[in-house]
Amino acid sequence: MRLLRIFSTIAVLAVLIAAQTRIHAQFGWGAPPPESAASVPAAQLLQPGELNRVLHAPGASKPLMLQVGSHMLFAQAHITGSEYAGAGSQPEGLNQLRTRVAQLPRKTFIVLYCGCCPWSRCPNVGSAFKLLRDMGFTNVKVLYLANNLGSDWVDKGYPVESGH
Amino acid sequence: MRADTKAHTAHRRLLPVALLLATCFFALGAHTTFAAESLLNKNAPEFSRTAFNGARIDLAGFRGKVVLLDFWATWCASCQVEMPVFVQWQQQYGPHGLQVIGISMDDDPASARKLSAKLRLNYPVAMGDEKLGQLYGGVLGLPLAYLIDRNGKVRAIFQGETDLKIIEKQLKALLAEH
Repeated sequence: MRLLRIFSTIAVLAVLIAAQTRIHAQFGWGAPPPESAASVPAAQLLQPGELNRVLHAPGASKPLMLQVGSHMLFAQAHITGSEYAGAGSQPEGLNQLRTRVAQLPRKTFIVLYCGCCPWSRCPNVGSAFKLLRDMGFTNVKVLYLANNLGSDWVDKGYPVESGH
Repeated sequence: MRADTKAHTAHRRLLPVALLLATCFFALGAHTTFAAESLLNKNAPEFSRTAFNGARIDLAGFRGKVVLLDFWATWCASCQVEMPVFVQWQQQYGPHGLQVIGISMDDDPASARKLSAKLRLNYPVAMGDEKLGQLYGGVLGLPLAYLIDRNGKVRAIFQGETDLKIIEKQLKALLAEH
């Protein structure tokens, strides 16, 4: 009887794992779904006005700013001095980010941002933040763009540039 | 007053103006401006693209129709909520003069093609690029849709998640204009 229960449990687990794999395959998910932007702790969020002040503060050490969203959006406009580091929602994008920061001291002040979509819909910043946290970075902030880069940064007259 | 003194005085008067102009020049040059002027009530910028199905999308060729120009991407969850509704509208309002056009802002055309096929889009879809984005004032966040009247003028811009009933209401109003 006990053996039967163990077999039943194993069978149920196997079915659940198979179903999950099938769902992933069905929707073309080769990797786990991206972390939600909501997973970024509130203490790690940086408001646009704050970042703008940091960028303009004379003598203040400037953060390494990494855009972790769409490259096409980056090419149109990005925060002056920031770099493109790959889409956080894609495994290739996370690899690009990993490579970019691999040699940096773990205390480096890094600001991640995307701004592709309304904050709650952003598929990129959550996973990018998690990666840096898992790599041991201790001074990472995520720019809170409530609507998108256009409304919350560019339209406010904060510094932007275009190009690849 | 001697001639060289007059010239000196003139230079001294012009100096602040020159400094002001130089300051303005450098201040403007310090950042690229996007969407400084809204396209609302202005002619929609013309563009041509080849659609995924091989057909030519020429915006000017749709003059006489009401155009819903939808910028979207596979990573935009809200866009994927809207697109099946746009399919329905194309079917419902197409005979009355509506033409939906989709422009993907994806970095990877393959994923855009795949999703277009999956959603069975019944309107032309093409890839965008940063030049087209900048032409439309900077596509710096999605969803983004432009409603263009039969004369080619932008009559409404929907930035971000928008109640689709609002878009439909404005679209119907434009269709009623002849």
